Amino acid sequence: MSLIAAEGLTVRYGAQTVLNDVDLSVEPGEIVTIVGPNGSGKTSLFKAIIGAVPPTSGRIRRKPGLRIGYVPQKLHIDPTLPITVERFMRLTQKVSRKAIKSALETAGVPDLLDRQMSALSGGQFQRVLLARALSTDPEILLLDEATQGLDQPGSASFYRQIEDVRKATGCAVLMISHELHVVMSASDRVICLNGHVCCAGAPAVVASAPEYRALFGTGTGGALALYRHDHDHDHHHHHHHHHDDHPSEHPDRSDDKGHAHGRHHPQEASQPEHAQEEATG
Amino acid sequence: MLDDFMTRATLAGIGVALAAAPLGCFVVWRRMAYFGDATAHAAMLGVALALALEISIFAGAIAVALVMATTVTILSGRGYAMDTLLGVLAHASLAFGMVAVSFLSGVRIDLMAYLFGDILAVSRNDLLIIWGGAAVVVALIGWRWSSLLTSTLNEELAYASGLNPRREQLILTLCLAITVAVAIKVVGVLLIAALLIIPAAASRSLARTPESMAVFAAGIGAISAVAGLRAAYVFDTPAGPSIVCVAAFLFAALALVNVGRRAIR
Repeated sequence: MSLIAAEGLTVRYGAQTVLNDVDLSVEPGEIVTIVGPNGSGKTSLFKAIIGAVPPTSGRIRRKPGLRIGYVPQKLHIDPTLPITVERFMRLTQKVSRKAIKSALETAGVPDLLDRQMSALSGGQFQRVLLARALSTDPEILLLDEATQGLDQPGSASFYRQIEDVRKATGCAVLMISHELHVVMSASDRVICLNGHVCCAGAPAVVASAPEYRALFGTGTGGALALYRHDHDHDHHHHHHHHHDDHPSEHPDRSDDKGHAHGRHHPQEASQPEHAQEEATG
Repeated sequence: MLDDFMTRATLAGIGVALAAAPLGCFVVWRRMAYFGDATAHAAMLGVALALALEISIFAGAIAVALVMATTVTILSGRGYAMDTLLGVLAHASLAFGMVAVSFLSGVRIDLMAYLFGDILAVSRNDLLIIWGGAAVVVALIGWRWSSLLTSTLNEELAYASGLNPRREQLILTLCLAITVAVAIKVVGVLLIAALLIIPAAASRSLARTPESMAVFAAGIGAISAVAGLRAAYVFDTPAGPSIVCVAAFLFAALALVNVGRRAIR
């Protein structure tokens, strides 16, 4: 049974239709990403799913008693509100200090227990939000552009964390992301939204769909190339380890996507990180 | 013991301070300071209506404060900015209230008592209502504390946890109306917001968690009530404003200590 499903979901604010007849479902354990340009209704879809916005028509179905771990896009804590990380972790349910510690460790931020939330850096803050969501033992994680404001290595390791969590706990993930590169490499399914569902499916399928290309324009080629690059990278990493010898050259790949090499620079920039992974792995 | 008017006044002041402390924290965190002010001003119309209809001042004030607060909540976000809306409704109802009072014969002298409070005239009956109201407010906020806090931090987070932030907002509005009504006798409609905001703001630098901030605010409010009344007795000054003055002194002192501490660090 699906954890969450939207059926013919339509949301209107006054005369403005932001979502039109959207169907979507998330199965246990899968990572689904919603992409779409600004104003495409991504955030409204999320709000409808958590019940913050009532559907104008259609409906949202949730598995009864579903535990949702929600990581908001941005959580502004008013400076007049004193709150420690530990207290924040206990916000919606009772958790032992030990459980809080282990959740913070899983999220990669141990030792923050007694710090004030307002004193955290952007990256620490997002990870505490993730830790709080995880400590509720969720069946599904909802991430609304959870890496906004993080730099590239920061968001890359944030998403790695998400994959690790999925592996460890088997919880499903539904996320909104702007970072096409990350999306394509980390998702099982991608849903391209623009008021309605333009196209949906496996990352490679969506990336080559004309609707997707029409929305993301020239960026598409690059994102697609990076996606394929990542996957090749991964496979070679596991099977051949040829990167150890040629970390920045891909002679075996020039035929199937020659156009991509012209756009390779962002990927080159993150090469050392991959190199390090291989060294430790 | 309750025969002494100073004892009754002190107990009334402490009762209001205890209710105002946790509520005041939410008012500060949610940036509702002007909302509290406006609700209090609107209560003046309730006082006038109560006098005209010869019903309890508390009932009149609660009713009008509630109507005012819900009207603002419903109308906000429909073409008017919140502060504009509050300004129109609050000052209009204050003005209407004062005009209405002037039509009633024999109560003109009492106007000052409702604007600035008349804590020294608190009767046993008033004391019962003040402590009853304060108990309801503290119980409501205590019961909903965790949900209120989550809704204050982030509405989406509250929805995702199965809470309804609109209901929590309604509970705060109700508490605000009750607090305003019971505080009229103590500090009057013009200074109620001060009793909500100043102790909460003063306790911010002492606290590390939301709960401790509410407790410190209650302490600072109670100290202000006791010391303010004492000062009013000694210097023969108006009681309500004296209480607010002490609270303001405490706020200033704590702010200075905080600035000093940061400078040393």
